[in-house]
Amino acid sequence: MIDKLVSYLQYPFVQYALIVGVLVSLCSSLLGVTLVLKRFSFIGDGLSHVAFGAMAVSAVIGLSKNMLFILPVTIICAVFLLKGGNKRISGDAALAILSVGALGIGYLLMNMFSTSSNVSGDVCTTLFGSTSILTLKPYEVGLSIALSVIVVFIFIFFYNKIFALTFDENFATATGTKTEVYNLLIAILTAVIIVLAMNLVGSLLISALIIFPSLSAMRVCKNFLQVTIVSAILSVICSFFGIIVSIVIGTPVGSTIVLINIIVFVLFYIIGLVKGRLV
Amino acid sequence: MIQIECKNLSLEYEQKIVAEGLSFVVNKGDYLCILGENGSGKSTLMKTILGLKSYKHGQIIYDNTIKQGIGYLPQQAVIQKDFPASVKEIVLSGFLGKMGLRPYYATIEKQIAKENLQKLQIENLENRCFRELSGGQQQRVLLARALCATKEVLLLDEPVAGLDYQSTEKMYEIIENLNKEGVTIIMISHDLVSAIKYASHILHIGKKIFYGTREEFLKTDIYKETV
Ligand SMILES: Nc1ncnc2c1ncn2[C@@H]1O[C@H](COP(=O)(O)OP(=O)(O)O)[C@@H](O)[C@H]1O
Ligand SMILES: [Mg+2]
Repeated sequence: MIDKLVSYLQYPFVQYALIVGVLVSLCSSLLGVTLVLKRFSFIGDGLSHVAFGAMAVSAVIGLSKNMLFILPVTIICAVFLLKGGNKRISGDAALAILSVGALGIGYLLMNMFSTSSNVSGDVCTTLFGSTSILTLKPYEVGLSIALSVIVVFIFIFFYNKIFALTFDENFATATGTKTEVYNLLIAILTAVIIVLAMNLVGSLLISALIIFPSLSAMRVCKNFLQVTIVSAILSVICSFFGIIVSIVIGTPVGSTIVLINIIVFVLFYIIGLVKGRLV
Repeated sequence: MIQIECKNLSLEYEQKIVAEGLSFVVNKGDYLCILGENGSGKSTLMKTILGLKSYKHGQIIYDNTIKQGIGYLPQQAVIQKDFPASVKEIVLSGFLGKMGLRPYYATIEKQIAKENLQKLQIENLENRCFRELSGGQQQRVLLARALCATKEVLLLDEPVAGLDYQSTEKMYEIIENLNKEGVTIIMISHDLVSAIKYASHILHIGKKIFYGTREEFLKTDIYKETV
């Protein structure tokens, strides 16, 4: 078992998967805390469907470096959603329209125009990320590393602002923080992370990566800094072991990571209950 | 010295007018109580003064001293009950508006935050989790945060709502002390008796509009009818 693992670790594709997996889960957990607390976790879900639609379009028009197309499209939608856009259509309805629309049209396009012989396999891959993390090309790894580093840097630099914005946006605005700018920043970061995470778990399971680590951390932690750090650690560990397990026993990567996240959540839920009793 | 002046201000949401023709001034060191029935637009007025809500008719003039920030204590329950944050984290966040792009708090700011906690007699709660505090303690934490944002003007939206008798008295006492130190207070209240006990000026909005000193208010029909 260990021998098998060590031999796997020699392969570049395994190394790539681990690097990207760890970085992406780090980023998604950092932003996850804010998204969950601002009651925005559903946005991750909607945006990931948008990213799926964009991916379908880019596949149909035959773009090889499709991340460069998916990323801007998702960012634009994120900005549109968080800004509220059209006053006549309320926020959650707009989200539903965008999310279901992108999913439906994406699938339609893939079916109608795909040159691949295995359409349903392709669709399954984009939705559940079954193998895409294991077939990363070096430029994708490079791009992921660069974007993750930028996201982490921005998060650390604006950490206190993000806290204030999450805790009480009105107060922050009233006392002179440019909350609109920071909301925009959060929207853009969210979009970037979702596009990155598509490789890891596919567009249906991204919310799990965003939500579970922060929910687990919130069960036991008493302050924002602790929640942020613990959820980052949990997320990285879950993804790391998820990837290893899935390679060794041959399960789909995304689903395995999600399963491990769920187990950790249940564990922390129980710890939280026990701690609550003792206090 | 005039700090805030409202001239013929109207409050409205989309098409619906909430209040019209509000004119009043707030001088440095004033203790202004805003009274009025539920839904008369008190919170809306406060949000408009804070710049959280735009207005179409009328004018609000601010003095330069308060352009850098107004301290604000929101109407309770706006803040999420399950939020994982320590008292320290929350109080320090009062400084953020003044910090521009500087990412972390300076030593002097941490010092002032400590002093504000002492002033409100909650320095022992510094590392506690906000969501585990009582209502009265939570309000004092939020007041300490507002004090970090400014030493000039505090806007308090029903600061004693939901507090028990003792916490209410304590809160009024703390606010009175701050006012004596020179902090201008603008407070929304439901409690007429405490309003006329502490306030220097009264603004009544709703069906009957009144603005004047406490003494003038005591002679109005609004006061006589309610008592
Ligand atoms: N976001 C909003 N959109 C539309 N109407 C609102 C909104 N908030 C408050 N109102 C209405 O404005 C009026 C004044 O509300 P508010 O200022 O909260 O009253 P008060 O604080 O005096 O109880 C109420 O009739 C309320 O229904
Ligand atoms: Mg109100």
